[in-house]
Amino acid sequence: MMQMTVGLEKQVWDALETVEDPELPISVTDLGLIQEVTVEGASVRVRMIPTYSACPAIEVMRQDIRRRLLEIPGIDHVDVQLSFEEPWTMKRMSPRGRERLVHHGLSMPSKLRIESVECPFCGSTNTVLENQFGPTLCRSIHYCNNCQNPIERFKSPA
Amino acid sequence: MSLAALPALQGTDTRRALAAYLLSVADDELILGHRHSEWTGFAPDIESDVALSSIAQEEMGHARLFYQRVGELAEGDPDALAFGRGAEQFRNLTLVERSNGDWGYSIVRLFLYDHADAVRLEALAGGSVTPLADLARTLRREEKYHLMYGEQWLRGLATAMTDSRDRIQNALSRGWAEAAAFFEPTEDFRSVLDSGAVASSLDQQQERWKETVLSVLDAVGLSIPSDWEGGAGGRAGRHTDDLRILLDEMTSVWRSEPGAKW
Repeated sequence: MMQMTVGLEKQVWDALETVEDPELPISVTDLGLIQEVTVEGASVRVRMIPTYSACPAIEVMRQDIRRRLLEIPGIDHVDVQLSFEEPWTMKRMSPRGRERLVHHGLSMPSKLRIESVECPFCGSTNTVLENQFGPTLCRSIHYCNNCQNPIERFKSPA
Repeated sequence: MSLAALPALQGTDTRRALAAYLLSVADDELILGHRHSEWTGFAPDIESDVALSSIAQEEMGHARLFYQRVGELAEGDPDALAFGRGAEQFRNLTLVERSNGDWGYSIVRLFLYDHADAVRLEALAGGSVTPLADLARTLRREEKYHLMYGEQWLRGLATAMTDSRDRIQNALSRGWAEAAAFFEPTEDFRSVLDSGAVASSLDQQQERWKETVLSVLDAVGLSIPSDWEGGAGGRAGRHTDDLRILLDEMTSVWRSEPGAKW
């Protein structure tokens, strides 16, 4: 019985790796949203830490997670809860996830808070902030003075 | 875990008082969020258009989180609380329901409100009801961007030219009393304090808010009215026609088919 639960938990984590944020090409696991997975018998409880608490993608991801996990044989109940016990920070994002977002064309902050904004296209740091607010809650708009491209940057909660 | 299951919140009076308080928080956020959203497409520049839309989205998201907690303590699901009540059942402060007026008024309101909200969140974050303290800490980080935005615009308009400065001063004179009424108590607030859910009294919070906003207002030479009684009433359900008009529009889709899901 113990063996089965451990096996199921692994399957749940593997399945979560295939669920993506609808607004970014990154999985919920690489983004670091999953705080905890608990399997009890045929029930799974997933606790999720949102990047921004008001992000409209949260409900979509909850539904996607639920749908995906219910496809696993042996699971017939899925509860996805939001957790605010610890804050989401850049430290939660995996190196692979960060890589994918850079590849997608976003300027990415490192784990350090204060730093210059690097252009994802030419690598220059000769950039200026145009708008603290962007197309989603987690993005700000900058401009690269070097290659003269507008830049979107992943914005971590302050 | 549901708030209603917490040992500290077992008294019926405590639960009712806390639900009333959290309802006022949610109502503030929803109504101001709606007002901000009315700037979408009409703000003075495209950056502000995006900014106000984002801030609106965030305030409405926060409202939803608080309505959910009200639902845990009392009756009601978040949608019904947001869209199914009449004006007299709303507990938002009057300041947030006022129609947008000019950009100066909207900026002054955003600045005064977000600073008051920051003090409120700080009190919740320091409280002993852990799930609420955790939530408040999360929201506080998000609200920092709103504070930066409001202050930047306020300072800019107050120092740009005579016309912008006059508009900002007029907005401040008009809105100050209603902003200070942010700290008007909700029903049986004593029980909320006794429960430990907030770490400071409303008077203390108001003092702290005044200190913070006055330091900025003084720095740019803006003055608050010397006599500012009479902004209260919203927390007791007394509202202006502006709220009735707003609700009529905001709830029209929901009322056309209550309970519909999509």
